[in-house]
Amino acid sequence: MSREWPLWEVFIRGQHGLNHRHVGSLHAPDAEMAIKHARDVYTRRNEGVSIWVVPSAAISASRPSEKGPLFEPAESKIYRHPTFYDIPDDIGHM
Amino acid sequence: MYAQMVKSEGMKSLDEMSPEERAFQERIDRGEKIEPRDWMPEGYRKTLIRQIGQHAHSEIVGQLPEGNWITRAPTLERKAILLAKVQDEAGHGLYLYCAAETLGVSRDELLEKLHSGKMKYSSIFNYPTLTWADMGAVGWLVDGAAIMNQVPLQRTSYGPYSRAMIRICKEESFHQRQGYHIMMKLARGTEAQKRMAQDALNRFWYPSLMMFGPSDKDSVHSAQSMAWKIKMNTNDELRQKFVDQTVPQAEYLGLTVPDEGLRWNDEKGGYDFTEPDWSEFFEVIKGNGPCNKERLGARVQAWEGGAWVRDGLMAHAKKHAAAKLAAE
Ligand SMILES: [Fe+2]
Ligand SMILES: [Fe+2]
Repeated sequence: MSREWPLWEVFIRGQHGLNHRHVGSLHAPDAEMAIKHARDVYTRRNEGVSIWVVPSAAISASRPSEKGPLFEPAESKIYRHPTFYDIPDDIGHM
Repeated sequence: MYAQMVKSEGMKSLDEMSPEERAFQERIDRGEKIEPRDWMPEGYRKTLIRQIGQHAHSEIVGQLPEGNWITRAPTLERKAILLAKVQDEAGHGLYLYCAAETLGVSRDELLEKLHSGKMKYSSIFNYPTLTWADMGAVGWLVDGAAIMNQVPLQRTSYGPYSRAMIRICKEESFHQRQGYHIMMKLARGTEAQKRMAQDALNRFWYPSLMMFGPSDKDSVHSAQSMAWKIKMNTNDELRQKFVDQTVPQAEYLGLTVPDEGLRWNDEKGGYDFTEPDWSEFFEVIKGNGPCNKERLGARVQAWEGGAWVRDGLMAHAKKHAAAKLAAE
């Protein structure tokens, strides 16, 4: 039987108010240690002001084979982008 | 390099490939990134595990020659800098182990293979660091050579490997600069300090050239790795680039590169230089370098000596989780 510490995914929020972003993973015995390790491994240069850790086993992911059905429908909907609409310059910033 | 002589699986032409293999190669040719759950040929997976694993091991073992000088750094500032640098190398090892694990190998498996000698680490870390000037030479030359190889690898086809390399590259330039800074101080110091700097360059020059691996004409398996974009340049290309970049830096320090054959070649726009002694390289790879036993011994001892801590923390975590569950 493996005695390996479980794997955790690490998410860090940087200084500028952006979302927590996935930065990598690490092994730790529990959540508390995972946060301590994440601080040493992923924030040695002020990269973050907040850390989330999640057991890797708790993450559900979409399958690569679902890429088409999931994401292709958005490709044809170009009217969802502002650039789709031609608006005269005269009316000012819009 | 940090991954030298990584054996890769056979090379097929597009016509010989199965439809899946072909679609895979075409994705790589288009510059798409391959992600952990995507289909990939077994050879790609295996070669990457070997390469990323060896790279990770090099970062970890690479802490030892520099760790050797932490307690004897000449000033508190140099000590703090060296400590930060060595800590970065630990981080690099961890980023890379994580990238390797996305390919379906476990951390313990990788470490077991390192400890039993089935996986290698870079030949460079089997040389001793005898004086403080070696901390300068290692940062300047060894990290310098590593950067040469790692910068193009940021564009490698495997997503997790590429992302690890991007993180690593951001941190490497400090490593090289602090090393060169040590060399500058010594080269402008007393006669004895200058001699020390020259001696460190003398000892680390050829081992640094060896980091790029054997000459292209003797280097097997690189065509497939290049097609897969897990090797971006040939060994000789990178070695030439390294020499061209480093020689002027040595001149600036007033130090002499220990190569009688070193000459600027106008025609090729680069230096002609003497190849390292490849028989020495192969001996070091086989385990017969000056420090192989000491390095691997230190790793095994750290792993075995730390087992009770790992087990204890795991037992504590389990007990806590159970108590928490009972209280709910
Ligand atoms: Fe490194
Ligand atoms: Fe480094």
